[in-house]
Amino acid sequence: MSDEFKSGSKLEKVLKSGQFAVTGECGPPRGADAEVIRKKCSLLKDKADAFNITDNQTAVVRMSSISSAVIMMQQGMEPVMQMVCRDRNRIAIQSDILGGAALGIKNMLCLSGDHQKFGDHPQAKNVFDLDSIQLINTVKMMRDEGKFLSGEEIKGAPKLFIGAAANPFADPFEIRAPRLAKKVAAGVDFVQTQCIFNIKKFEEWMKQVVDMGLHEKVYILGGVTPFKSFGMARYMANNVPGMDVPDELLQRMKNTPKEKQAEEGITIAVETIKQLQATKGISGVHIMAIEWEEKVGEIAEKAGLLPRPNV
Amino acid sequence: MVIGERKPFDEIMKMLEGVKKIAVMGCGGCVTVCLTGGHDEVRVLSSQLRMARDKEGNPIEIIEKTLERQCDPEYVEQAEGTASEVEAILSMACGAGVQFMAERYKDLPIYPALNTTFVGGSKKEGYYVERCQTCGECKLYFTGGICPIARCSKSLLNGPCGGSTNGKCEIDPDIDCAWQLILDRLKSLNQMDRYSSMMPINDWRTNRDGGPRKMIREDFQR
Repeated sequence: MSDEFKSGSKLEKVLKSGQFAVTGECGPPRGADAEVIRKKCSLLKDKADAFNITDNQTAVVRMSSISSAVIMMQQGMEPVMQMVCRDRNRIAIQSDILGGAALGIKNMLCLSGDHQKFGDHPQAKNVFDLDSIQLINTVKMMRDEGKFLSGEEIKGAPKLFIGAAANPFADPFEIRAPRLAKKVAAGVDFVQTQCIFNIKKFEEWMKQVVDMGLHEKVYILGGVTPFKSFGMARYMANNVPGMDVPDELLQRMKNTPKEKQAEEGITIAVETIKQLQATKGISGVHIMAIEWEEKVGEIAEKAGLLPRPNV
Repeated sequence: MVIGERKPFDEIMKMLEGVKKIAVMGCGGCVTVCLTGGHDEVRVLSSQLRMARDKEGNPIEIIEKTLERQCDPEYVEQAEGTASEVEAILSMACGAGVQFMAERYKDLPIYPALNTTFVGGSKKEGYYVERCQTCGECKLYFTGGICPIARCSKSLLNGPCGGSTNGKCEIDPDIDCAWQLILDRLKSLNQMDRYSSMMPINDWRTNRDGGPRKMIREDFQR
């Protein structure tokens, strides 16, 4: 990894300095009220280095990722603009990359996107002009070569720190590390993993990643999600594709009295972070407290990750 | 072959409101093979229509006919006599056949009795699956003979998304994950190196995105 900054984002600086990075997540509202974002921001501010702004996650229509990211920046925080391939063709994608960068966005996360079947508009036509790996490569080409996909020159290349997702728990397991290698070859700078509940399997994946030397080419942030309740744990285990929640964790949540389950969920999240800190090749943690933003600070605090460094 | 499914009966009845004499026109091509628009299906649908209209006290006269193919002017021509006797034709061909009929019989309404669904084949009798999306640039060489454009729900070209579970697609446990199939096959063919190289961004001009397509054999144009 070279000495020069790709975008100079806070996230990039923290990672580059070798400090354990923390990212959080902020889902935009289903309406045009900017106050909702500001309120979430006030809960999240200073609790992490940067915050993902989801892009119509689960294919449910929400305020756009770009505009939510701008509102977040107005609060003095750093966003990671997510972008999915589901809703835009290469023309719209490149246009939004330019627009996002022009507005001051410095981190971007490249995703395929949840299928619209899961959302509130299952009748929609999907796009998938590019896939997530091709999207990574597109941003890299725009940033580093200053060129559009057409090969034409960009006047004022977008400076973005390029992120992607990695799911060590989806099938087929054996290609999950090679898939990360493809993302690295495409030009990704950092990845955030799917929520880690099955630590054993995660470590198996990380071993392959380290053996391939990928951890030296990309910053890997482990994904952590606290369970709010046993019900949520069970839902994630049974209803969320690509999610691996081991039985022992489910039992642990089930055996906890209802009023203590939220606390137990947070304890589990903190334990996971500690294990991640001790795992070779892990550069940080991505805390996804889904509609539970007020707990990000508590988790980071208990894991000894606060205050966040000034870079 | 092109697979078609018969439209709901009520929808067909609605299309034929106010029409007293029609031809139900079958096609001897793909839709005969997939058991939805051939000679036998013409008979069944015609009987259903007669019975339903009789019940309404509004009888309909139907000529039953099946052409060799409705996507070929040579055979479409053979409907001329029938066409001159009816107020409308209910075509049981795929969307291509319906349009060839409409192009030839300009003064006659041609209604579709089928929904044309996909290009595929039969796994067993009466069980049809999609295999090709006619993108116009075949990639099967790279993907072990399994098409990611037609068979991955997101048409991903560089591997499975994070929703592949136990070989199944996240959108439906009855759908195989195309990338699981591709990888299994590449492995058995000892071609896993084809997975590690990045499949470039697709040129969709050969797909419908480039506008309606045609294929011309110049040597036949004399």
